[in-house]
Amino acid sequence: QCPVVHGKEAVWATTRNLMKSCWLLGYLGLARREMAENEALSRRQKVLTIDTMNANIKKVEYAVRGPIVQRAVQIEKELKEGVKKPFNEVIKANIGDAHAMGQRPVTFFRQVLALCSYPELLDDDKFPEDTKYRAQRILKACGGSSIGAYTASQGIECVRQDVSRYIERRDGGVPCDPDNIYLTTGASDGIVTMLKLLTAGEGRTRTGVMIPIPQYPLYSAAIAELGAVQLNYYLDEDKCWGLDISELQRSLQAASKHCNPRVLCIINPGNPTGQVQSRERIEDVIRFAAKERLFLMADEVYQDNVYAEGCKFYSFKKVLYEMGPEYFNTVELASFHSTSKCYMGECGMRGGYMEVINMDSEVKAQLTKLVSVRLCPPVPGQALMALVTNSPQPGEPSHAQFLKERTATLGDLAQKAKLTEEILNTVPGIRCNPVQGAMYSFPQITLPERAIREAKEKGQAPDMFYCMKLLEETGICLVPGSGFGQKEGTYHFRMTILPPADKLKILLSKVKEFHQRFTKCYS
Amino acid sequence: MTENSVVHRGKVLTLGTMNPSVKRVEYAVRGPIVQRAVQLEQELKQGIQKPFTEVIKANIGDCHAMGQQPITFFRQVLALCCYPDLLEDNRFPEDTKTRARRILQACGGGSLGSYSASQGIEIVRQDVARYIEKRDGGIPCNPDNIYLTTGASDGITTMLKLLVSGEGSSRTGVMISIPQYPLYSAALAELSAVQISYYLDEENCWSLAVGELQHALEAARQYCRPRVLCIINPGNPTGQVQSRQCIEDVIKFAAEQNLFLMADEVYQDNVYADGCRFHSFKKVLFEMGSKYSDQVELVSFHSTSKCYMGECGFRAGYMEVVNMDPEVKVQLTKLVSVRLCPPVPGQVLLDLVVNPPLPEEPSYRTFFEERSATLAMLAEKARMTQQILNEVPGITCNPVQGAMYTFPRIQLPPKAIAQAKEKGQAPDMFYCMKLLEETGICLVPGSGFGQRDGTYHFRMTILPPTDKLKIVLAKIKEFHQSFTEQYS
Repeated sequence: QCPVVHGKEAVWATTRNLMKSCWLLGYLGLARREMAENEALSRRQKVLTIDTMNANIKKVEYAVRGPIVQRAVQIEKELKEGVKKPFNEVIKANIGDAHAMGQRPVTFFRQVLALCSYPELLDDDKFPEDTKYRAQRILKACGGSSIGAYTASQGIECVRQDVSRYIERRDGGVPCDPDNIYLTTGASDGIVTMLKLLTAGEGRTRTGVMIPIPQYPLYSAAIAELGAVQLNYYLDEDKCWGLDISELQRSLQAASKHCNPRVLCIINPGNPTGQVQSRERIEDVIRFAAKERLFLMADEVYQDNVYAEGCKFYSFKKVLYEMGPEYFNTVELASFHSTSKCYMGECGMRGGYMEVINMDSEVKAQLTKLVSVRLCPPVPGQALMALVTNSPQPGEPSHAQFLKERTATLGDLAQKAKLTEEILNTVPGIRCNPVQGAMYSFPQITLPERAIREAKEKGQAPDMFYCMKLLEETGICLVPGSGFGQKEGTYHFRMTILPPADKLKILLSKVKEFHQRFTKCYS
Repeated sequence: MTENSVVHRGKVLTLGTMNPSVKRVEYAVRGPIVQRAVQLEQELKQGIQKPFTEVIKANIGDCHAMGQQPITFFRQVLALCCYPDLLEDNRFPEDTKTRARRILQACGGGSLGSYSASQGIEIVRQDVARYIEKRDGGIPCNPDNIYLTTGASDGITTMLKLLVSGEGSSRTGVMISIPQYPLYSAALAELSAVQISYYLDEENCWSLAVGELQHALEAARQYCRPRVLCIINPGNPTGQVQSRQCIEDVIKFAAEQNLFLMADEVYQDNVYADGCRFHSFKKVLFEMGSKYSDQVELVSFHSTSKCYMGECGFRAGYMEVVNMDPEVKVQLTKLVSVRLCPPVPGQVLLDLVVNPPLPEEPSYRTFFEERSATLAMLAEKARMTQQILNEVPGITCNPVQGAMYTFPRIQLPPKAIAQAKEKGQAPDMFYCMKLLEETGICLVPGSGFGQRDGTYHFRMTILPPTDKLKIVLAKIKEFHQSFTEQYS
């Protein structure tokens, strides 16, 4: 509405009105801008979305703790809330977690760890002398005599020395330089660090990494995350998961066209397959790696878990040495060990080491630099590794009990390995290779066509379909073979042999029942 | 060539064939100067004569190594958890046993040796959430947003990994403070992300100015896609404790510029200066209202390595994710599952840190005394360090408001700078190396953390015991004067 103009006063009135209008318009503009900002803020995409995140991470899978385990955890919660199920407990036979399944820790280890945690206990009579001696030795090697201090990034020096002496003893005197030992946060840490160092190139020159199928899915996960190229070589199920050099050759040849194969990984004793490689086979692999210029990564975390008659653990390093200087002085090898398996089962401590053989000295400097960024591995795990590699000797007060506990645990595992193989092989449609070592059975299951079809309709791997049903009907959590890799058209599951023997028997009979029911249902 | 089929060729893994990103990684806190210090220690052990009788490692924030005592309560519970037979032992107060039993019950098979859930033991995450709620005056914290980690470094690296994507000019850019804690630059180099440096203002006690953030961001937009803003508060190496206003400004900036905020708060109990106070990024965010608290993506990090605990060797920590996209969170959960779980002793320790003895409990008195004494001692050493260094002509030291370090500026004579450059050494590295060789004191040159061109610094911890610290500071004073004279 136009104000009426009447002289000076009117001019002033007009100006005032104009100013008011301007102010009003300005205010509205500001308000509108703020509203738009708010809307923009609320409407706007997040910074970190499935589309903007690291693409490699999306490709990572880890079946051992994947969807079936998430469902198992959910069911556990439902049980706790009182929801009715055809079972009253979930049995997690999906993961190599010995203590969770009732295996007892070794007394000596826990006594020393307690002493290291709270050194006031050194004046307590309930601890035998050898535990105190070990604790004092470890504490002396720690800054301020505390396991709370950072250690050298490569690991406490006296522990690396213990590890190298252990390796020398194990390998019948083959020399081991403590400077080639790196303590790690579990073996997984060392494996990932080595793969990281080895991954280079682009497109057709990108690093190719040969891994066994079936494999422990840390390898495929790490390869996916690093954007390296996964090269599968198939273990032979008909030959007790044996390794065939011609298969390595085939895999390598196929690979050379699209990547730069640089690494050969082997797990011995095997996971999930449990096979223990013969000495000849190990020699063959070393020869192959030497000829084809591959960096050898030997995952030996199950080295004490050998059960079958006629099977023996041969360390890659020892065999390499015994093949003569031609090989021993040239083949680049990294061997991995851990406190999580064997008779210790101390998974939660995240203790481990790797030994590097024939590593280029400049690369070694890079490796040392790389591990320094994360400061050091957890000190309780380092202390534990010292004890594992320097356990009570005959004559020491703790020796008798230590030997008893270790023997009992390993004996128990051997028995359960046999039991598992036997029972599963009585089930029509389940075929289980001998569990020669490690902690798992990986039987092949025959699935009816109808079941396979239904699974595919659901977009599920057939063995996942099977395992999910098993979980829902019995509370038993296993991991489908598709999580580890298997020959096209075959199906498996991985089950640990860890539950206590009586529970294991029940488990196996339920699996048997389920399989028969499932087969009938889908015929 | 030999008779066998094995031909001696070059190695498979060489400097030329290895991962090039790893070659770009540097980490000064354990870099060349520390390697030389370790060598000197070995030479001393062998009886070689030196102008000093011991090497003093003032390079790293390692409290226990410098004589700080662990908290009794923590170590008692840890011992009980390691060896539960001790639950029968009368020397342990009831509250330690209650804590131990509760934790063991939450572990598979009642053992610390079992793997835990990959995100961390559930009751520990619940305790962490309650701690955060108490600390932040009741602002809710969902335990499901808590991830336990292997030290804070693990969480920081994992988040950066998730955030890095794109190629060329759309490659993720990450804003970090200069000076910074070199985990950040190392992680960025390894991930081939783009480092975007923003300078803290030395003239203003290392404060942060939004104008500087703006300036750095704008320049960076030319060659990368800035996505992340990292801030360390209290700061490392600089020790500044950001004001509440500054934190608000940073949050506003992150909101307006679409940046994912990473707040490294591992020194949250280490605040010494009058008038300074720790304000958590989360708390400030929520007090700014839903406009911000509903939107800004934030991750906060904490650890058991610093504060009054100093339990570096346990490698324990946590991160809290706020407003994370649920699909991304699923990916994060999946990613951490591959490494199974963080070390369980560390998870136990963290539980005790966030759930310490209460006033009515038997261990409270000792706990409170130990904690107060440790923090007071650090405050005193912070003050003393600043005071003594400021007496040295050619050394200017900003107040050590918090954290565990001093980062003084040192004047270097042009002759020294020239000689350093001839040797291909950063001038402050040249200075620190000489200091090490002459006095046995190991510090880290400012070039390892970043600094404005033409300025030189060193980082020294305030951790040695008071009397030793006095000696160290006196020696540095002497050295600086003789160095200045020598190169005049």
